[in-house]
Amino acid sequence: MSEITELTVYELSEKLKAKEVSCEDVTKAYLEQIERIDPLVKSYLTVTKDIAIKQAKKAQEKIDSNNWQPFTGVPLGIKDVLCTKGVRTTCASKMLENFVPPYDATVIEKLKEQGAVFLGKLNMDEFAMGSSTENSAFFPTHNPWDLDRVPGGSSGGSAAAVSARLCAASLGSDTGGSIRQPASHCGVVGMKPTYGRVSRFGLVAFASSLDQVGPICRDIKDCAMLMNVISGHDPKDSTSVDFPVPDYLESLKEAETFIKGLKIGLPKEYFVSGLDKEVEESVKAAINKLSSLGAEIIEISLPHTEYAIATYYLIAPAEACSNLSRYDGVKYGFRAKEYQNLSEMYKKTRAQGFGPEVKRRIMIGTYALSAGYYDAYYKKASQVRTLIIKDFKDAFNKCDVIATPVTPTPAFKLGEKLDDPLQMYLSDIFTISVNLAGIPGLSMPCAISSKGLPIGIQFMSDYFKEDVLLKVGYMLEQNLALGRKIPKVLKD
Amino acid sequence: MKITIDEIKHVADLARLTFSEEELKSFSKQLNDILTYVDKLGELDTSGVEPTFHAIELDTPYKSDEVHQVISKEESLSNAPEREEDFFVVPRVI
Repeated sequence: MSEITELTVYELSEKLKAKEVSCEDVTKAYLEQIERIDPLVKSYLTVTKDIAIKQAKKAQEKIDSNNWQPFTGVPLGIKDVLCTKGVRTTCASKMLENFVPPYDATVIEKLKEQGAVFLGKLNMDEFAMGSSTENSAFFPTHNPWDLDRVPGGSSGGSAAAVSARLCAASLGSDTGGSIRQPASHCGVVGMKPTYGRVSRFGLVAFASSLDQVGPICRDIKDCAMLMNVISGHDPKDSTSVDFPVPDYLESLKEAETFIKGLKIGLPKEYFVSGLDKEVEESVKAAINKLSSLGAEIIEISLPHTEYAIATYYLIAPAEACSNLSRYDGVKYGFRAKEYQNLSEMYKKTRAQGFGPEVKRRIMIGTYALSAGYYDAYYKKASQVRTLIIKDFKDAFNKCDVIATPVTPTPAFKLGEKLDDPLQMYLSDIFTISVNLAGIPGLSMPCAISSKGLPIGIQFMSDYFKEDVLLKVGYMLEQNLALGRKIPKVLKD
Repeated sequence: MKITIDEIKHVADLARLTFSEEELKSFSKQLNDILTYVDKLGELDTSGVEPTFHAIELDTPYKSDEVHQVISKEESLSNAPEREEDFFVVPRVI
């Protein structure tokens, strides 16, 4: 294992600034690590070696001319759902297998301005629909802690790559837990920011009222650093919010005093049967740790929790079926070879271009929106969404932060839930409400199980209070002292 | 059965999708499982509850009618599955 790839973004950034290492050496160390380890993990769909080396040389010039910025020369991997100019962006779908965007997503543009280096595009569930990365049209990604297990999803490639040191940090997207759940399964930190905090321009749309881009990193400091770059209003995304962005990294300095007297709510609906014993004990031990640091722990209730999955699996497919109607084989993407007329061209293109889970969701969404069913399904779900939001409003009148498990169990085995989509959906129980409400959520490691698998804890806060989550996370990270969390694939 | 094979075929037509008979069989069970599960929402009385379509309240933003970043014609056409000169080619419509 190379020393360079062991450094966090924060540590690496300081070394690059001080010219203790060169951007090119850093990028080459990562490319070498990818060559060695990624055949086992299979996190990358595309590795852009030549581009990365060119970017590293440019980054070095930037540092040499005293224009260093925190991400100058830092090698990143990007979930293949974000458009990258000139680099194919597949969404892990046959539909976009050869799609080369003519523009960059805003978050990519912002990182390019800093001189970040892009190593390539990371695997995911097709169109971000899934919880295991097994729905990728190309190949599944393996969990670096146990190669027989899933890395989670849909940002499974991103979480696995960060965990196995195949990039210094990554960007993912989260519609129902797609950043937080894989982060938990891979032992890394992931944040879903408030809806509107980060621009969605250039993010391939899945469910537009729920999607949000966010960081996946090795620790809280790195997460704060990446949030500093990607947050903020973007005129190109009319749902991005013009709300002041604090310096998240700087805010960590006040974490120690901040935690004293902070009210942390434990929703009783999240600690119920079906929750793995070890997960429950680890999350509670982490909460006790925060209590010993001065936080006040109270029990709260989010009464509509049990309706969140049903609500989500109507709203998200409804929005998805509309968003995915654009894949018609005309302007870009896959087109079927043989057809008699326009209608057949559409149908064959979509039947051959989309995988089973995407089709399932298009079907559910189309059904839920179709004449005669709209009120019973889509409207009803949107009303329950209002009740779920109210639960959180009431909760945040009583506490500052909510702490919960991220997933009911540690990472499951590849193939275990593949034939039963409903079972797969049910594993999203703890992460989905955050998206329906639009509030931010943070997932971070809190323990390693007896089987050697990471266990995560989730924190939720009120709108635009990402700094609160990061401060709580930072205190926990400092005091749990789980160390560098080196996955098994790097030890063998 | 929440949804019959005939209804699935109709919805597939609305969504511009086609399925083989074998796919229809497995889809039928899965869709019925999912639709039975979401019926759970019927337990809740939502009369008088306003639906939420967007979690964050925002006004519709306006922007000035000026040309900003433009993608060139060539770039716009570069991903076309089939093109001829400056046109996207589609099967005959009329």
